[in-house]
Amino acid sequence: MAQPIFRSEGLTKVYRTGDVSVHALRGVDLSLYPGEFTVLLGPSGSGKSTLLNILGGLDRASGGRAWFADHELTAMSDRELTRYRRDHVGFVFQFYNLVASLTARENVALVTEIARNPMPADEALARVGLDQRMDHFPAQLSGGEQQRVAIARAIAKRPDVLLCDEPTGALDSKTGVQVLEALNAINSDLGTTTVVITHNAGIQAMAHRVVFFADGRIAEVRENASRARPSDITW
Amino acid sequence: MSVLDRKLLRDLRRMWAQVLAIALVLACGVTILVLAVGAQRSLEDTLDAYYERNRFAEVFANVRRAPDSLLPDIRALPGVRMAETRIVGQVVLDLPGLAEPAAGRVVSLPDFGDPALNLPMIVAGRPPDPDRTDEVMVSRAFAEANGFVPGDRFAANLNGRKRVLTITGTALSPEFVYVLGPGAMLPDNRRYGILWMPRRALAAAFDLQGAFNDVALALTREGQAEAVIPALDRLLAPYGGAGAHGRAEQASHVFIEGELTQLRAMARILPPVFFLISAFLVNMVLQRIVSLERGVVGLMKALGYSDAAVAGHFLKLAMLVAIIGIVIGWGMGSWLGRGMARLYTEFFEFPYLVFQPRVGSYATAAAAGLLASGLGALQSARRAAALPPAIAMAPPAPPVFRRGLSDRLAAFAGLSQPSMMVLRGITRWPGRAAFSVLAMAAAVAMLMSASFFPDSLDEIIDTAFFEQNRQHAMLILAEDRADDVVEDVRHLPGILAAEPLHAVPAILRSGTLSRRLAVEARDPDARLSRVTDAAGRPVEPAGSGIVLSERLAERLGVGPGDRIEMEILTGRRETLLLEVSGTACIHFGLGAYMDRAALARLLRKPPQVSVVNVAMDPAQADALYAAAKNTPGLAGTVLLFQTRASFRATIGENVLITTMVYVVIAVLITVGVAYNSARIQLSERARELASLRIIGFTRAEASYILIGELMALAILAQPVGWILGWIFAYAQVVSFSSDLYSLPFVMNPATYARSSLVVLSASAFSALIVRRRIDRLDLVAVMKTRE
Repeated sequence: MAQPIFRSEGLTKVYRTGDVSVHALRGVDLSLYPGEFTVLLGPSGSGKSTLLNILGGLDRASGGRAWFADHELTAMSDRELTRYRRDHVGFVFQFYNLVASLTARENVALVTEIARNPMPADEALARVGLDQRMDHFPAQLSGGEQQRVAIARAIAKRPDVLLCDEPTGALDSKTGVQVLEALNAINSDLGTTTVVITHNAGIQAMAHRVVFFADGRIAEVRENASRARPSDITW
Repeated sequence: MSVLDRKLLRDLRRMWAQVLAIALVLACGVTILVLAVGAQRSLEDTLDAYYERNRFAEVFANVRRAPDSLLPDIRALPGVRMAETRIVGQVVLDLPGLAEPAAGRVVSLPDFGDPALNLPMIVAGRPPDPDRTDEVMVSRAFAEANGFVPGDRFAANLNGRKRVLTITGTALSPEFVYVLGPGAMLPDNRRYGILWMPRRALAAAFDLQGAFNDVALALTREGQAEAVIPALDRLLAPYGGAGAHGRAEQASHVFIEGELTQLRAMARILPPVFFLISAFLVNMVLQRIVSLERGVVGLMKALGYSDAAVAGHFLKLAMLVAIIGIVIGWGMGSWLGRGMARLYTEFFEFPYLVFQPRVGSYATAAAAGLLASGLGALQSARRAAALPPAIAMAPPAPPVFRRGLSDRLAAFAGLSQPSMMVLRGITRWPGRAAFSVLAMAAAVAMLMSASFFPDSLDEIIDTAFFEQNRQHAMLILAEDRADDVVEDVRHLPGILAAEPLHAVPAILRSGTLSRRLAVEARDPDARLSRVTDAAGRPVEPAGSGIVLSERLAERLGVGPGDRIEMEILTGRRETLLLEVSGTACIHFGLGAYMDRAALARLLRKPPQVSVVNVAMDPAQADALYAAAKNTPGLAGTVLLFQTRASFRATIGENVLITTMVYVVIAVLITVGVAYNSARIQLSERARELASLRIIGFTRAEASYILIGELMALAILAQPVGWILGWIFAYAQVVSFSSDLYSLPFVMNPATYARSSLVVLSASAFSALIVRRRIDRLDLVAVMKTRE
């Protein structure tokens, strides 16, 4: 088997707010492989988002180690993490996080302006089926369209990994499927390693690999022999 | 343009009202800096060039009558580069179309060539023919005020001989940039002018053939006025020298210097206040923007933007606000600068005065504006840069409220929940609340320091004209006379009362401190003109003592009971030792007062008269004026009711302009602070207010929470503003006080009330604008959007 693109050993994360300590991760050992479409499943507070944030260089672990290919993420400085995010990682968030005062194309340009080898913003938007809506502001787009802008923005830098936190969480089933199709297309056409967090157990059917979270630990890792098409998934 | 910059411009456009409110406050600082520094530099440069080109002298001296043969000795004094003697005199003028007598200062022009010093600049026509005795060149302002052109004629009483003079030209002189007639308080170009006549004509008229009564010196590069003056005094003393002085005591120069001092003070004191307030506003608004844009900050970081890029984004926003303010300030400063230059040409006689915008003053103002805005933004920009991306992406934790002493007090007082929200809003962000209070207090203070002015001037008019100088007119004699002149004056038509006054040029000394002035000696029973103390009680010199104005006493560092030296600058130049018997409250000039008989005894001479103060019957004014024009030995008249009227008119106009400027400034500050805090509170509380509306609060009840906090701060600002305003006004009184004037400190309750009213109205107005937004809150949308 190929060398893992993400690897972690005994990863822990403790949040302290006031007098309360929350153990978000209680020792996670995990390997994810290049080109795979991975789904992280689990109830709220089970540690999925925390893991994704650490792998994406948005947050720091309290203990344990994590690697991106040969680079140890847990040893990087803030500056190195910024560099890592800029060059390697694309993010998609549940609430899209578009800049309201920028058009779809400009939101994508936020990335293409600083990325090393970006694809044109128009191409990224075309890939998610928004070639007709490029000059619209977020407020003029539906939720599904906004999420696809966010995906276009994430892939425009040609990232090595695409990290999606509940990308369909705020969407109905029909628009959710459009988003999943866009993600699936990116994964198969560009070979981008894709990690998707979801509450929606139906989505696991389209993954190469499914990681089940419970209480800050990995409960189970399952590989799918055959993958479902996004259009076959309903919720 | 990068998309981030595009976002910036769109944000700016969306928040235009808030941005403009801040930019205008900043613009005030920039305006004043450009205006004051620009006007100061323009004035200085104009003055330097004018003095240089027209050879303004450095030392001046009057003498009774000195022979021309003394000139080589004067020229030989160490440090003297050039010396020129002249004949100068005071003359009474009979102008066509003017019932009352006018007066003038006549100055001789040399028989051959141009004057070596104090060269007049001819504006129209030509100088008088040196061989004619009936030709005269007059000052431009005098000609303009009277509608004179070359060829016009008027009559002058030259040392007792009435003569009709023909105007050959008009001119300006560096010696007479600011022209004040004897006894006048403001320039009056209609009734007082400068006349240049050939020396030969004046020598004949004033009986000074082969002699001079005025000398002007230019010094060498090493020459020091302080060294030359005593040497010159020694030379002139035997001929009735009245004491030489440098430019620092030259009347016209002193006034311009006074104006420059004020400009410098203005450039130093006011702009920092505005820059501080705009820095605070930028800080307050940017803090809110950063917390509203947490998501964007997180996103930028997730996308790989560096901390510096994030901080830079917000700093840029502040810089743009500053740039808008700077551009507005530059425009306003230039416009007002030109207005100020126009105002100067009304008071000062310059051949040219261009308000030349200095690159330096614009650059300084811009740098100060950018710095203020940048400093204001720094904290928020740094906070944005330091925000960890994972935390930035999550919604902010609700602000921590704690129950404190104020809450217990409020609960005890039985405050309603909305009032409690107002109170906690203030105590939760005490720094922000405190600065809002301070900024609005500064607005109150500025209004007070502007509006106390008219009250102070009323007090001046009251004291100067109704308590002290109650005579209708002063008849100024060409030279000191014996008491019988008062009897002569009493026989003039329409005179109801006449009182003598003896003015003696002297230097008063106490240790190393000294002042040069005319000591006024009156009779003890003088009723027309007298001196009073601050409470309006007459102050009489006791025996052979001397009464000093409070300012003079302060300048000399003496008080009642102390002894001072009085060096008399005329006659035998004696030095007397006098006891200070009291102090008086005098607003114009530095006054010193003695008993006329006592002074005469000390000088071992019969009592003298230099001025006769008169009360007159208005019905017979014309007859009196006609007589005055033809009375030999009269050097001029001052009509006090006219002085009072022109003082009121001129000052009144200036006060009106100043007050309006300050009201505009105070409103800008208040709106800048109030509108921005209200918008910020609205943005912070939108969800709360919408929730209240959903659970059944009326619009008015919901608005109360927002407007309540703002108005509570505005009301808190009032007492602070009163204290600050009192200090500002007092500082103005102190900085305005010079040897020329003093302002009484008058603070009427109406001043407090007016200032508060303006600021409270401006805050209420800002609150109401924002309230309209509460009325339009889309309740459902607010509840659905994520913070």
